[in-house]
Amino acid sequence: MSEAAFINSNADVPWVMPSRGIVGMCCLIIAEASIFIIFIAAYVYYLGKSLTGPKPHEVLELPIFTSICLLSSSATVHFAVSALEHGKRSLATLWLAATVLLGGIFLAGTAHEWYQLIYEHGLTIRTNLFGTTFYSLVGLHASHVIVGLVMLTVALIFSLTGGLTTRHINRLEVLSLYWHFVDAVWVVVFLVVYVLGRNA
Amino acid sequence: MATHAPIADAVQEAAPRRYWLEVLHDWVTTVDHKKIGLMYIGYALIFMLIGGFQALLMRIQLAVPNNTFVSPQVYNRLFTMHGTTMVFFVGMPILFGFGNYLVPLMIGARDMAFPRLNAFSFWVSAFAGILLYFSYLGGSGLYGAGTAPDVSWFAYAPLTARVFSPGHSTDYWTLAVFLSGIGSIGTAVNIVATAVCMRCPGMKLTRMPLLVWLYTVMSGLVFVAVSPLTAAQIMLLLDRYLGSHFFDTQAGGSAILWIHFFWIFGHPEVYVLVLPAFAFANEIIPVFSRKAIFGYPAMVAASVGIGFISLSVWAHHMFTVGMTSGANTFFTLSTMAVSVPTGIKIFNWLATMWGGKIHFTTSMKFAVGFLFQFLIAGLTGIMLAVSPFDWQVHNTYFVIAHFHYVLVGSILFMIFSAFYYWYPKMTGRMLSEKLGTVHFWLFLIGFHVTFDTMHFPGLLGMPRHIYTYQVDRGWGTLNMIVSSGAIFQAIAILVFVYNMVNSYFRGRMAGPDPWDAWTLEWAVPSPPPHYNFAVTPVVESRRPLWDLKHPDDPDSQYE
Repeated sequence: MSEAAFINSNADVPWVMPSRGIVGMCCLIIAEASIFIIFIAAYVYYLGKSLTGPKPHEVLELPIFTSICLLSSSATVHFAVSALEHGKRSLATLWLAATVLLGGIFLAGTAHEWYQLIYEHGLTIRTNLFGTTFYSLVGLHASHVIVGLVMLTVALIFSLTGGLTTRHINRLEVLSLYWHFVDAVWVVVFLVVYVLGRNA
Repeated sequence: MATHAPIADAVQEAAPRRYWLEVLHDWVTTVDHKKIGLMYIGYALIFMLIGGFQALLMRIQLAVPNNTFVSPQVYNRLFTMHGTTMVFFVGMPILFGFGNYLVPLMIGARDMAFPRLNAFSFWVSAFAGILLYFSYLGGSGLYGAGTAPDVSWFAYAPLTARVFSPGHSTDYWTLAVFLSGIGSIGTAVNIVATAVCMRCPGMKLTRMPLLVWLYTVMSGLVFVAVSPLTAAQIMLLLDRYLGSHFFDTQAGGSAILWIHFFWIFGHPEVYVLVLPAFAFANEIIPVFSRKAIFGYPAMVAASVGIGFISLSVWAHHMFTVGMTSGANTFFTLSTMAVSVPTGIKIFNWLATMWGGKIHFTTSMKFAVGFLFQFLIAGLTGIMLAVSPFDWQVHNTYFVIAHFHYVLVGSILFMIFSAFYYWYPKMTGRMLSEKLGTVHFWLFLIGFHVTFDTMHFPGLLGMPRHIYTYQVDRGWGTLNMIVSSGAIFQAIAILVFVYNMVNSYFRGRMAGPDPWDAWTLEWAVPSPPPHYNFAVTPVVESRRPLWDLKHPDDPDSQYE
């Protein structure tokens, strides 16, 4: 062991590296975005190619209220992080609770939409290409919302029991980054599925 | 903590030999990047032997016309399993294994950025490999006669639909590839986060070893290339289990879409595999030429360039599916553009060797072999990029010969080179140079006999994926030569395995720095202790150990 070359170590200059949590999450977001791009490509490619009905414009309604809820939850989670940064822990708890609530409303909205599509319009994943691509794309997004909600709920529970302190700012920031990504994906899904793709 | 340490020391001294279950527990629960790296390499080597054995069976079958050594069904399973195994369970894990082992050591870090994610990624990948081979038992749902996937490694739709692939073998294939993708993405996240966030003081990005740079680029490619495959596997699973219609041509679905999705993954995957091979060359060629690498910034730029260009070439695998001439032209040109940055690399390696004092160790021999063979692989690649030429030889043995020149002649040669170079670091003992020379020449001869000759049946029109051929085709002699080369390669691999095992027990002790090298991994003992570096190193140039050994003439004066 003593044979090993000795390396000088007098670190006077500050050597600061980026947060590995943030970098790791950014990498994960790039990978996840690639998965979504493939599903969106499949959706766009199969627009209007269904051999049977129902067609998108016959059954899809704009989920405006739930979309507003999801997008505003991006703001509330940001407020939660900045509240924690300023040491206002109870305020952070409040904003976290609001985020979970808004995300929950969005998820309930999706569930309601799917219920109606399945039981009133008879559209399932097996019905036609629209059903195949719609349920898989929206379902992929919804499953990301569920994962985010689970993690946010865990954070909320920690926060309610006093376990969330200023030491955890970085972790909450990483989580908020994921949540922003989920919201950003919804903007694209909303545009592709409900705005551009609805009349195809 | 302070009170615990002496107790732990005492316990270790009292029990120097540990119960095997303890050792096993140690390996299964480890989050140490070195152990995980070694496990990656070990499991990849086991799969390499399996995949190589499958290749041998196929070569026996094809050696003579009208052969009945294996049945057509078994032959289909053999080439499917050979391809899937070699790409997903040999190439990826062996390269990730070296990356895991070397990246933290080279940048002066204690471990990877996310050690537990690292262990998770390894075990998911390992489980995926086991799942693939479990299909031999459970492919038909455990009703008796087992079966394996037989849809080829690119599994074109609609062959993978339930109607055409009943039973579970295709499900095992798609789940195995899906899981291996999850593991790859996890490790890639880890490598990028490690390279970006864990560098020791003084190691700016411009001083980072080229190996770490190339692994970072490779990991970036994994994010954008392996993810599409993961997405496509989700779609295939939905098709097979929930009755959706992504690739169901009866319901308006498109078989072409799968081909696109597969090659959006499949082509960058070649660069995911070859960039680590370049990375090894970047470290090994300078050390054995006794010169610093020529054109460090150009090497980094070329690697990033390859990463970007490789994302826009996938449809050169699809010239025969009937794309527009505009698309054919685009993919011909973009494919040819890849040869510019790869050409820069080859010239830089040659310039590194030029005027150097070259030490022809076994490692360097393999590296020089790599240089020539990679050049030829690139040249046949340019031929295949020309779409009218590709129309003639698409899916023939010319293509097989081309990509085996890349995968075996370039990547596997560099992996062997890396083994001879880093085995002393990993085990503390040198591999035998004598056996290494035997291994090199046997493998070189076997490789050229097999894969040089394989181009010709391809030009004569022999298609891939056929289990036999008629006598009057005139492919018999060539195929016999191709198959006889495989024997040389098989013996070479046996020599290599024997060398690895034998040297582990009886090899010469290596010491921390047997090659008089310059990067940080050679500053620690061989094998490195759990904590890697007793004190965090501080670097001032790209070759910290050169600076240490030559304080009168450090690199930092010139960079």
